[in-house]
Formats: sequence, structure tokens, C-alpha cells
Amino acid sequence: MPPGRPIRRVRRVRRLGEAIIERGLLGSALLSILTTVAILVILGRNTVDFFAEVSLAQFVLDTQWTPLFADKHYGIWPLLAGTFLTSAIAIGVALPFGLLAAIYLGEFATPRMRAVLKPTLELLAGVPTIVYGYFALVTLTPLLQRIMPGLAGFNALSPGIVMGIMIIPMITSLGEDAISAVPRTLREAAYALGAGKLATVFRVVVPTAMSGIAASLVLAISRAVGETMIVAIAAGQQPRLTLDPREPVETMTAYIVQVAKGDTPTGTLEYRTIFVVAATLFVITFVANVASFRLARRYRGR
Amino acid sequence: MQRLSRRPPSRALERAFRGLCLLAVLLPVALLGVLLFDVIRTGIARIDVEFLTSFPSRRPEEAGILAAAVGSLWLVTLTAAFAVPIGVATAIYLEEYARTGRLAGLIEINISNLAGVPSIIYGLLGLELFVRALALGRSLIAGALTLALLVLPIVIMATREALRSVPASLREAALALGATPWQVVRQVVLPIAVPGVMTGSILAISRAIGEAAPLLVLGALSYVDFLPEGIRSPFSALPIQIFNWTRRPQPGFAVDAAAGIIVLMATLLVLNATAILTRNRMQKRLGR
Repeated sequence: MPPGRPIRRVRRVRRLGEAIIERGLLGSALLSILTTVAILVILGRNTVDFFAEVSLAQFVLDTQWTPLFADKHYGIWPLLAGTFLTSAIAIGVALPFGLLAAIYLGEFATPRMRAVLKPTLELLAGVPTIVYGYFALVTLTPLLQRIMPGLAGFNALSPGIVMGIMIIPMITSLGEDAISAVPRTLREAAYALGAGKLATVFRVVVPTAMSGIAASLVLAISRAVGETMIVAIAAGQQPRLTLDPREPVETMTAYIVQVAKGDTPTGTLEYRTIFVVAATLFVITFVANVASFRLARRYRGR
Repeated sequence: MQRLSRRPPSRALERAFRGLCLLAVLLPVALLGVLLFDVIRTGIARIDVEFLTSFPSRRPEEAGILAAAVGSLWLVTLTAAFAVPIGVATAIYLEEYARTGRLAGLIEINISNLAGVPSIIYGLLGLELFVRALALGRSLIAGALTLALLVLPIVIMATREALRSVPASLREAALALGATPWQVVRQVVLPIAVPGVMTGSILAISRAIGEAAPLLVLGALSYVDFLPEGIRSPFSALPIQIFNWTRRPQPGFAVDAAAGIIVLMATLLVLNATAILTRNRMQKRLGR
């Protein structure tokens, strides 16, 4: 056997194999880019088609959203108001709990306690949203109705609270990250100046970690705005321009579920409304996600 | 400059604040515990062989979750079959082949953005792309492909984490012995990273099994009185069935919903316990 030849052939085959494998891996990675492109194309095309029939002015100026009725109005505000209301209630619950929990885990807990408490708190984020929806409608709403007689069977309050509980771990986890990233020297400097633990936490640690805490807040808002099942079950299906948490409202996500679940024929204006609403939702969550990413990078860069 | 504090606050105040912070950790968890306990109390009596082996019914006391449970089993199996290989391949590309570079950076940012897209938008993607454009109909395969895209970022991120935890010295040793890049990945890196990949896959499956919104949008049925015969079959799933029962006005169906939740949560408990055990095994193997 002439020396060298087979080895070279083996090498050539091997190199070809390596190239094919690398291409295959790259192909898989590109699939995620295709997914984004597909989302943008689908939302974009239907949105363009929608605005060919409904003027942008009507979309942003009209105060009623009734595409499914005989008297049709296409003002996005009632859906935005419903989304804003449920999200604001959720943040109102999640922010104080999440932040205090983050302070506890970052400043007070011993490593062993943290190892137990952190995954326990994460459980809250692992429960499927359909289960939280059941809690909101079947358990919490009747309970709240005993305290608040004016509370409707479907309302913004109950799903808002439940959604808040669900997103606590999100604020805690990012917030604790930011608090742990505060250099120990800053704390020691504060102690050396005679500050107690409380003053150190509120005057030094929290202000220093503020960009990370803001990042967690923005991410939590994005999550609340995009949440579907809890509000679809417990908030109602009546797009109303109200900020009263006792009334039924409809969020953007709940509207998409309502229409997509029904038998709305493809290609109709009604069908396109869900893509316009989804596009609005996509823009809001995208802006929030990017903002959160930027804020988080700020404290990590330090 | 502002003085940090006029007088050190009393120890009692500090202790009170510390207690408040601890309460912020414990109270939400306790609340979840109470809510789950309430669900178990409501639904546990409903769970028997008949509930697990019956189709849905107009009468709440005769309804069962067979179609939904079998549908969910099909869905997550198919979802994992798509998401795990593609996710692992993507992670290998990003970690082992293209750690730096423009394209890798773009893919990376893109993946973290996809992770933040609301699940209902994936439902619309599935509806237009799989159900209509690819003409798969409102079928199991369309649902599974949609869920696969949804959980792909989870698999990718967990796998990257696992690959990163493999010491670089092992790769260098293999390369020094003349191994090709793929041989390094296939024979050295992947075997060590397998438990991490499995943990990520289980997390992805847990996410997929509880998702309702995208399936509702792309047309999962809420009343199915047959078992799927293949991947083109129409389907229901556990969360869809629970959604349907929860919205019925008759109180009997709320009991069915509670029973369905118990089944769903028990499944998730088993899955997550497996994930934790696998992770512990990995940490032990790496000597940490």
C-alpha cells in the first residue's frame, strides 16, 4: 500500500464531513432567525391589509372597539386600557413583594437559606397560567366579592392580583442579581461611616442596584402585558374604556383568544383585527424587552 | 454631601424590616400552597379510574380527561422530538463553532428576543404558517411545531449553559490528540453535557405541557370524544380541557377543572423532580 494516500483520503472525507456538520448546525441556528422573520411577515402583512380598510386615525382616535358588532368601531384604546389596568394591578402586587424578597435574598439570607428559598419562590413562576386563571375566577373573585360588594363576576382586580403573584419571581431574580452585583466595598464604606444596615440598604445598595431593579420591573411589565390565560378566563370579554378595577374589561390578549377561538373566516376584516392587536402587543413587549436588556447591561457592565 | 443617617436606627427596627423582607418571600409561596390545597380538596374526590379513562361529557360527573391527556402526551412527545435536536444543534453551533462573530451575535440577540415574545403570538404564527400556509390543518403536528418554536429558546439556553460548564482543558486535550472539532463535540463535550441538556429539555417539556394560549389560537378543540389516530388528527390538551371546564357556569365543572389541575400539577411535579435529580447528578459528576 503506498504510504500516505489512504490517510489523505480519510482526511479529505473527514474534512467534508466536518463541513457538512457545521452547515447543519448553522442551519438549525438560522431557524430562530426565520422564526422572527415569519412573525414579522405574518403580523406585518395582515396589519397592512387591515389599514387598507380602516384608517390609522380611526384606530388611534376612536374610543370604542366593536369589530364583531353591526356598528363597527376600531379604536384600540379600550383594549389598551384593559391591558394597562390588569398589568398595573399585577405590578402593584409584584413590585413590593419582589423587591423586598430580592433584598432579603441578597442582603439578609444565609447562603443555606438562599439555596432553599430561591427555588421555592421560583415555583410560583412554574405553575401553568391556566391554573392561575382558575385561582382568579373560581377562588379569588368570590372571596373578594364578599369584601367588595360592587365587584363584578369578571373584573380586572382578581386576575391582576393573581398575575402579580405569578411574576414576583421575575422581579426577585433579576433584582437579586443586581443587588448581589453591588460591590462589597460600597457597603463596607457605608458601615465605616457609621450607617446601620437599613441606611446601607436604602441609601447605598438599592440606589446602586437601581438600573437592575428597573430592568426587572420593565421585564415584569412585558410579561404582564403579554399574559393571556389568566385574563382570558377571569377579566371578561367586554372591551371598555375604564380604569375601574371592579368592572369587566378585555385585554389585547383576551381579544385575540376570543376571536381566534370562534369561527371567524380567514381574510375577513374581523380576522385581520387579531393580527393588528397582536402587532400592537408585539411592539409593546419588544420595546420593553429591549429596554430591560439595556438597563440590565448597564449594571452588569460595572 | 447628604449624611447617611442622623442616628443609627434601633436594632428593633432593623429586625422588623428583616422580618418584612422574609415575609415577602414566604407569603406568596404560602398563598400558592393554600390555593393548591383548596384545589386538591375540591378535586381529589373526582379523580378515579373513570375520570382518567372517560371522554368529555355534557354531565360534569361523567366527564373525563382521557382525550385531553392522550392529546397532551402526543403533543409534548412531538414537541420534544422537534425542539430538542434543533435546540441542541443551535447551542452547539453558538458555543463550540461560532463563539464570536457578527452572525453568532445576531442569532444570540434574536434568541433572547424570541424568549420574550408572548406565547399567544406564537399561536398566531402557528395558525398562519402551519395550519394554513403549510396546510397541516388544526392538527397535532401543527400544535407541536408551534410549541416547539415556543420552547426552543429554553432548550438552547439550557444547553449552552451545560456546554459552557465543560472545562476547556478537556477540549484542548482532545484537539491536541488530533480530534476534529466534531469529534471533540461528539465524543468529549456532549457526553459530559448530557445531564444539563436533559434538564433543559425537561424544563421545555414542562413549559409546553402547561401552555394553553397558543393552542387555543391555532384551534385545539375543547370537545374531543376520540383518541388521536395520527399526527394529522384534531386534538385537545389538558390545559385546553381545564380552560373549557373552568368557563362553564355549572359548579360541577369547576370540580372537574380542579381534578384536571391536580393531574396537570402532578405531572409537572414528576417532571421537575426528575430535572432536579438530573441536575444534582451532573453537579456531582463535575465534582462540585
